[in-house]
Amino acid sequence: MPQHTFLVNGRRVSVNSDSDVRLLWILRDRLGITGPKYGCGINVCKACTSHINGKAFNPCAVRVGDLKRNDEVTTIEGLAKVGPKRPKGELHPMQEAWIDQDVAQCGYCQPGQIMAAVAKVREARREGRRISDADLDEIRNICRCGTYFRIREAIKDGARRMGPRD
Amino acid sequence: MTADEQVRPDRAQDEDEGLDVSLPADGGLEGPGRRRFLGYVLAGATLVTAADLVAGGTPAHAKIPSLPQPAELYDLNDLITDAARPTANLISITINRDGTASFALPRSENGQGIVDSTAMLIAEELDLPVSKVKVTLADARPELLFNQLTGGSTTTTSTFTPIRVAAAIAKGALLDAAAIVLGDTVALLQSKGGVITAPSGRSVTYGELATRAASGRDRQVAVDLKSSGYRVIGTPVKRSDARAAVTGRKKYTLDLKVPGALPTMVCRPPSLNGEPISVRNLRAVRRMPGVTHVLQIDTGVAVRARTFGQCIDAIRALEVQWKDGPVVGDSDGDIRTKLRAAQLPFVVPRVDVLASTVEHEFTFWFKGNSALEPNAAIADVRADRAEIWSGLKNPIIAQQEIAQAVGLPQDAVKVHVIQGGGSFGRKLFFDGALEAAKISKAMGVPVKLMWHRADDTRQGRVHPMAVSRTRATYLGGNVLSFEQRHASVSTDYRHGLGEILSATAAKLPFGGNYSFAQSIYLLTQELGYDFGVVDSLLNEVDERFNTGSMRNIYSPDTRTAIELTVEDLARKMKKDPYEFRREFAKNARTKAVLDAVAKAANWGKTMAPGTAQGIAIHREYKGVTACVVELDCRPRTVNRRIREARTGPRVMRATFAVDAGLVINPNHLEAQMQGGMMDGIALALTSSLHLRNGRFLEASWDNYAYTRQWNVPPKMKVVIVDSGVDQPGGAGEAGVAATCAAVATAYWRATGTMPKEFPINHQQALHFRTKPFVPPVPQSPRNGLRFTF
Repeated sequence: MPQHTFLVNGRRVSVNSDSDVRLLWILRDRLGITGPKYGCGINVCKACTSHINGKAFNPCAVRVGDLKRNDEVTTIEGLAKVGPKRPKGELHPMQEAWIDQDVAQCGYCQPGQIMAAVAKVREARREGRRISDADLDEIRNICRCGTYFRIREAIKDGARRMGPRD
Repeated sequence: MTADEQVRPDRAQDEDEGLDVSLPADGGLEGPGRRRFLGYVLAGATLVTAADLVAGGTPAHAKIPSLPQPAELYDLNDLITDAARPTANLISITINRDGTASFALPRSENGQGIVDSTAMLIAEELDLPVSKVKVTLADARPELLFNQLTGGSTTTTSTFTPIRVAAAIAKGALLDAAAIVLGDTVALLQSKGGVITAPSGRSVTYGELATRAASGRDRQVAVDLKSSGYRVIGTPVKRSDARAAVTGRKKYTLDLKVPGALPTMVCRPPSLNGEPISVRNLRAVRRMPGVTHVLQIDTGVAVRARTFGQCIDAIRALEVQWKDGPVVGDSDGDIRTKLRAAQLPFVVPRVDVLASTVEHEFTFWFKGNSALEPNAAIADVRADRAEIWSGLKNPIIAQQEIAQAVGLPQDAVKVHVIQGGGSFGRKLFFDGALEAAKISKAMGVPVKLMWHRADDTRQGRVHPMAVSRTRATYLGGNVLSFEQRHASVSTDYRHGLGEILSATAAKLPFGGNYSFAQSIYLLTQELGYDFGVVDSLLNEVDERFNTGSMRNIYSPDTRTAIELTVEDLARKMKKDPYEFRREFAKNARTKAVLDAVAKAANWGKTMAPGTAQGIAIHREYKGVTACVVELDCRPRTVNRRIREARTGPRVMRATFAVDAGLVINPNHLEAQMQGGMMDGIALALTSSLHLRNGRFLEASWDNYAYTRQWNVPPKMKVVIVDSGVDQPGGAGEAGVAATCAAVATAYWRATGTMPKEFPINHQQALHFRTKPFVPPVPQSPRNGLRFTF
C-alpha cells in the first residue's frame, strides 16, 4: 500500500493507504481527527468542509492519493492556530463570533459552517468587496436545526473581526 | 394546567343594536344559542340578505364560544409529566468536593438546550453560578420507568419541579451542615455563589461541606421552592458547549473511540422495508481491502471494515437477491386515494338553512425525519454483557429490546446516551442501536454502525402522509361550527412511553398503535378559536411505512388546514385576517400574541404585487404562538436558478411571537423558535419525499429540500410575550405549525390561488436525477479539488 504524506493542522503526517480512499475517512477513521463530520459523503451537505491551502474544500470528495507533500489541510481543530499569534485561549475571529452570537444548537454542522464562512469572507476580500446577502445565499452547508439566521449574523460579525491574515 | 381566561360573549353589543334576542325563529327552532343567531338574522333579513349583512361590516358581535377540546383540559405535556411523576424523585444531585454540583439528566440532548436549562434550574435553587453545575446525560435507568423519555417538548415541564426539589433539598442539607460548622442558625446564614456566610463573616464553601452534608440514611425532607425573584431563570445564558462545538471538540456517537469498534454499514434493499434473500459474492467481498466481516442480517447485508469508505466500496460490490418490500406497486398518489377513502365523516348537521359552508381538503405529502447526524450507534456485545452508545430519546426500551435481541439479562446491557446531532423526533427510535447490537453479537466484535445518508433518507423515519379536511359553517358575523378530519398514514408509536410495558401495548394487534395515535391526536389538537361547535378527529391507516413523530407531530399539517380555512372565513366575512383571528381568538393569551406579532411585523403594510403578508396562530405546549411572514412569489424570485436546489417563493421577512409561559432561557427559546421557523418554511414550500413504486426517490440533502440558505428569510425577528404565567411551557416544537400555516396563507394572498398541497411544489418536475437503488448508496466523488473557494 502506498504511503501518503501531507500536512494536517500544522503537522506533517504519513499514512499507508489505498490511494482511492477519500480523505474524510483518513482524517476521521485513521488519524482520529473527528472535527469534519460525515453528513452524506457525496459533497452535498458540506458538513466536512475544511481548508486546503487556505481554501474551503470537502475531504469526502478527495482521494488521499491526490494530496501532495506540501498541501496543508486545516480542519476546525486547527483553525485557531491560523493567522496572527493570538493570546492564550483566544480562537479565530470567526469562532469567537460564533460563540458571541450563540449560533450552535446540536452543533453537528457548525465546524463545516465555520470553515466555509472563513473561506467565503476570504473570497469576498480577494474580489475586493464585503460579504453580502448574495454571498450568504451561496453557502450550501446545510443546518437541519435551522440556525441559519444566527449563522448569517455570525458571518457578518466574523468578517468585521477578521484581520488580513485570519 | 394554566388557567386561561374564558372570553365571554359580548352581550353589550346586542343591546346597543336593539336586537331582540328572544324573538322566536320563523321555524320555531329551539335553544338559547339558536335564538341569538336568529335574532341577528331577522334584524338583518328585514333589509338585506345574509351575505350583505357581512358587507355592511358587522360589528364584533358575540362569537359563539366553543366548549373546551380535550387538549385544553389535559394535553400531551400533562400525560408525559404525569407518567414521569411516579419516579420523578429517583433523580439526585451530587455536591462534589470541588464545590460543583453534578446531575445526570435522564433525557436526551440533541440541540434543544435542555442540558443548559437544567443547569440553570439547579443553579437557581442551589445559589451556584451556572458554570459550576455539571449536567450529563444519564445512562438507561429502567427503574425510572416512563421518566426517561425525551419528546413532546416536555423535558422542562416534566422536570421543572423534581429537579428544583432535589436542588433545594441539597441546599437545605448544605445549610444544615454549615450551621454546625459555623456555629450559627440556618435562618441567619446566607448562601451565594457556592459559599455560605454567617453574620460573623465566617464562611464555608459547598466543597468543604460536601462530605459533612452527606447523610448516612435516606430521609424525607420538605422544601419550599422559589416562585419569583429568580436570579438565573429567565436570563439569556449562552450554551455551555459552544466552545466545544466551534473547535470540533464536541463528540457525537461517530466520534467516540471505543476499542475495537470498527466502521460498519449495511447494504440495504432497493425497496422500502425489503429483505435480503441471499448474497451471491459474500466471499469475494470479504476479501476487499480493509473489510473484516460481511454478514447477512434481517435488514440487509452488514459490512465491517477499517474505514467507512471501505464499507461503502464493499456495499457497492455486493450482489444480493432481495425480496420486495410491502409498498412495491404503490406511489404517493395511491396512498392519497387510500387516505381519502379512510376519512371519517363530518357530523355537525347544518345548523341553519341560511348558514353558509366552507369546505376544503388539503394534502400533506411524506416528509423526511432525518437529522444531519445520520442514524449511528456503537455496540460491543459479549457473551455475558453488552455496552451501547447512541443518541437515544428512549434508552430504557432500547435497553430492554436489545437485551431480548441478544439474549442477555436487561441489567447486563449498559446503554449510554450520547449528545446527538439533531433529532426532531428521529431518535425516539433506537433502530440503529438495535441493528448494531445484533450485528456485534453475530460478528463477535464491537461495531461502530453508521447509516449512509441515502439509507437515512430512503429507509429511515418519515412524517406520515396525510389528507386533512375541514368544514366550517357561518352565518352573519358568526362561525357556527368548525370540524376537521385528519386521515393519516399510521404514525408509529411502538416506542410507547419509553419502556416495554407501554411499547407492548402499542404493538398489540387490532388497534394498539391506533389507540396511542388517537389519544395523542386528541391531546395535542387545540383549535384556539371560538367557532361554535368544534371537533377534530384522526383516522390512521397503512402500517407499511417507517413513520414517526416528527417535530410538532400532527400540528403543522392540521394547523395549516385550519388557518387556510380561517383565512377563507375571514374573506367571506370581508374581514382583515388579523382582525378576524383576534375577534374569534378563544382567550387573552392568544390575543396578546396576535397583537405582538402584528405590531412587530407591521401587519397591513403595503406590499408589492406578487408579494403578501400571511398570519397564523397555534396553541400547544401550554403556550401560544403566532407568525407573520412576507412571502415573495414574484417570477424573478420563484424562478431563481440554483443547481440541485428548490428555490421558488421565498419568505423575505418572518416575525414570530411566542408565549411559552415561564421562560427559563430566552436566548435558547429564541433559537428554538428560529429553528422551528425553518422547519415550517420547508414543510410549506420545498421539502417532501416522493414515493414511486414502493421506493422513496430522495437520497441526499440536495434531493430532499429542507430549508437552505437560499430559502432563508433575510430578516427574522422573534418576540417573547410574557403573560405572567409562573409555569414553563414547551419550546422545542413550538415554532413549526404557525410558521407553516402563515406561509400557506401568505401564498394565497400573494398569488390569488389557495394552496391545497404541501409542499406547494411537490407535483412539479423533480429538481434532481434519482440516484440508483442498486447499489443502495452512491460512491463518494473524487473531484472535490475542483470546487475549492
